[in-house]
Amino acid sequence: MHRKSLLRMTFLWLIGGTAFWPAPAMAMHISEGILPAPWAVLWFAVSLPFLWWGLRELRLRSLQEPQLKPLVGLVGAAVFIISCMPIPVPTAGSCSHPCGTGLAAILIGPALTVVVASVALLLQALFLAHGGLTTLGANILSMGVAGAYVGYGAFWLARRLGAGWLVAAFLAGLLSDWATYAMTSLQLAGALHGETAFGRMLVTIMLAFVPTQLPLGVLEGFLCVGAYQFIRARRPELLKMSPVGGSL
Amino acid sequence: MKKLAVIGCLLMLTGFGLGLGLKHFEGEWAGVDETVVEKFAEQANRPAHEPLINTDQGDLLLFFFLLAGAAGGFAGGYYFRELFPPKTKSAVHASRI
Repeated sequence: MHRKSLLRMTFLWLIGGTAFWPAPAMAMHISEGILPAPWAVLWFAVSLPFLWWGLRELRLRSLQEPQLKPLVGLVGAAVFIISCMPIPVPTAGSCSHPCGTGLAAILIGPALTVVVASVALLLQALFLAHGGLTTLGANILSMGVAGAYVGYGAFWLARRLGAGWLVAAFLAGLLSDWATYAMTSLQLAGALHGETAFGRMLVTIMLAFVPTQLPLGVLEGFLCVGAYQFIRARRPELLKMSPVGGSL
Repeated sequence: MKKLAVIGCLLMLTGFGLGLGLKHFEGEWAGVDETVVEKFAEQANRPAHEPLINTDQGDLLLFFFLLAGAAGGFAGGYYFRELFPPKTKSAVHASRI
């Protein structure tokens, strides 16, 4: 990637994060030290090919679309902010955050969303004690890979089945959020189940997330619809760069 | 005007609902990292460590925000035209359709 563009994108993420965030976040990211070393390495190994593929796509697509890199920078800033934003959920009495990867996947595609999510997670781990460096691979896989590909797949499939863009965008936001937390549950269950059966631990952790994430996923669905509608009304030319292409 | 009224009503309803919920619910509003992730980690004797780089010391975090805000603001201003190019005629036409 061009050095100047990389700097530009990093600065955009920084401005997004610093404008709104005065304290460590309350979130789903797996904190430093929770995963044993073999699991941490495994999740790095699984997420790295997706990251490599995303960087490759960024390089190839930006040769054809010079406007892509600034858009990726802006989407990255949005993902950074959204994934830091604690929202109180009265049904659970706790706080959690949406992910923004569903919206990002519609706008720039799932491969590039993995890249922006990785940079956002790295900055959060370095400066906000939000997630951790040893657990970065696991967090990239849950928020970046699972969130992006499920959100993108939901949007694409809904449009293919003839659903309106409003329903498709809602499903993208909703399912990307739930997929992220489902993947986090899987990672935690795999690493922490001990003598308890893996399946039982997985269900227990998923159920623990339900009171917070069920309503928050719905909120993320509406957030995705609102943002998508705004872009569609004000800057429809940006949507032409989306890999969903004709299904917009 | 009608749109504004609908948005205003929705915002008021949301605020009212949230206010009512917050008033009658005695939760501690901890994040799910504490209530779920760290809870299960502690049960499995894998408590979270201190962050490798702990910026949450005194005003250090604010200093980092200041630095990053200044750098980001400068970059945003410097590349403003690339980020928000003026609309072309075809884009204006497309947005009116």
